[in-house]
Amino acid sequence: MSDYRVLPGPEHFLPPAAASMGVRLPNPGEAHINGVITSEENAYEEAARQFLMANVPTIFPGPLVLWAWNEKAAKKATAIRHLFNTLKECVQPNQKPMLIPMPDYRPKYPKINPEIEINPNHPNLTIWHNKIDCCVFIGVHCHQANLSLKIIRGGTSCYTIAMCAQAGHEDAMLSFRDASVDKIMRLADTIKRLKGTVRPRLTPVKNAVSD
Amino acid sequence: MSKERIQISEALYDIMPSDYQDLVKSATYGKDDRGWKDIGTSKELIEQHSLCAGCPESMAFRYILASLPNPEDTVMVGSTGCTSLVFPMVAVHNIHSLFGNQNAIASGLKRALSVRFPGRVKDVVVLAGDGATVDIGLDMTLQAWFRQEKFTTICFDNELYANTGGQESGLMQKGFVAKMAPVGKLFDKVRLPEIARESGCHYVVNCTVSKPSLVEKVIRNAVHIAREIGPTYLQLYTPCILEIGKNSMEGLQEMRDSEKPTERFAYKEYISDPAKQLLAELAAKDKERKAAAKQLAAQAQAN
Repeated sequence: MSDYRVLPGPEHFLPPAAASMGVRLPNPGEAHINGVITSEENAYEEAARQFLMANVPTIFPGPLVLWAWNEKAAKKATAIRHLFNTLKECVQPNQKPMLIPMPDYRPKYPKINPEIEINPNHPNLTIWHNKIDCCVFIGVHCHQANLSLKIIRGGTSCYTIAMCAQAGHEDAMLSFRDASVDKIMRLADTIKRLKGTVRPRLTPVKNAVSD
Repeated sequence: MSKERIQISEALYDIMPSDYQDLVKSATYGKDDRGWKDIGTSKELIEQHSLCAGCPESMAFRYILASLPNPEDTVMVGSTGCTSLVFPMVAVHNIHSLFGNQNAIASGLKRALSVRFPGRVKDVVVLAGDGATVDIGLDMTLQAWFRQEKFTTICFDNELYANTGGQESGLMQKGFVAKMAPVGKLFDKVRLPEIARESGCHYVVNCTVSKPSLVEKVIRNAVHIAREIGPTYLQLYTPCILEIGKNSMEGLQEMRDSEKPTERFAYKEYISDPAKQLLAELAAKDKERKAAAKQLAAQAQAN
């Protein structure tokens, strides 16, 4: 197993792809935390803890769930809204959960509005602008998610979680695989269960003071 | 129809940026008689763009996108140039090709779409600058026409390489002095419309984009003919006001001056015989459709 650990950055301008450092993807029924394969159960707990600890826990839904291109996508969207509502209920008043879409993969010129959207070609802008310190990608095509995750790891200290519908992402600090409505709901349940047991960060994390 | 799939998930509707919401609510996808007159009353398929203030290319983009007969089932292929800065803001499927490769990409794409969606009309439209069409990509442009590939090629002719500072292009007029071509061009503007006709294009037009109704007509004709018969080519003058030393407000006048009968963008049109027949059939169908709609409206009023 590789010694390399996928940790919150800023790593450096061009962080290596975690796969090239020997980090491998989880098998079905598994997940990874910081590049180390673990059980899904552990991953739910850790993801929930990170969310409850963060100042600005954020969900980034991508086109695969933003657009109701089939029934399953619409159901996942409903589950994501439930996850967000749960998060809002479970955090303390000084924490600020956000739900920011990634509606388009194309680089936007002259600029995106980081208050209302995130773009995979410069995701750091949205992270910095909103001082996001923990985020989850759901419904983003794998290639674009990998691109974003690497840029975020390179330039910010945001903790990244991938709820991937395929085989998972090495470049996230925590990754589930085979994401489904059930898994999203289970993450929401875990957050609810851990409510009140996790102390939010009292001081801003590194990326929050990068501006 | 694929436009029915263009729906935002209800649970996340409120977080979608308003331009996407507007596209779903009031864009003219699927409208039979869509055209430039929809501009201002419905959501355009182009959002804010990063072209220069007053750029005629932005006008051309707006008219073309308003006039495509089947935008939800159209794929546009772009190339390097000012146009590539606009495509990220366009709500039509599009591919950015390597510089000059656009007609080769479009050939493969059109064929693949025909195989993948045999029962559905899928249009492919190439939109590239004069550098990509005539200089760097001339091989690909001509070969696609020789092979009778069924798609439309649109060339935004600004007569030089605009976004790299004003180098000489094949479509630059003879004698023109540009910032990066100080000696002045020594030979004639390439006569691509004539070459297109001889290379097998069934519909060729050379004009400016000063008149939106004309742009609408030629775009619709070109796409319909390409869909049914074979390659079509439009050469549209979209002057680069910066590189020819004009102000933002002078683009329209520049186009009007250049389309006078003796000028290089005087309206020129070539239509092959099969294309003429197709256009006549389409006109007859359109007339029938309008008469039926009129009758229906009259009946509704009477009731």
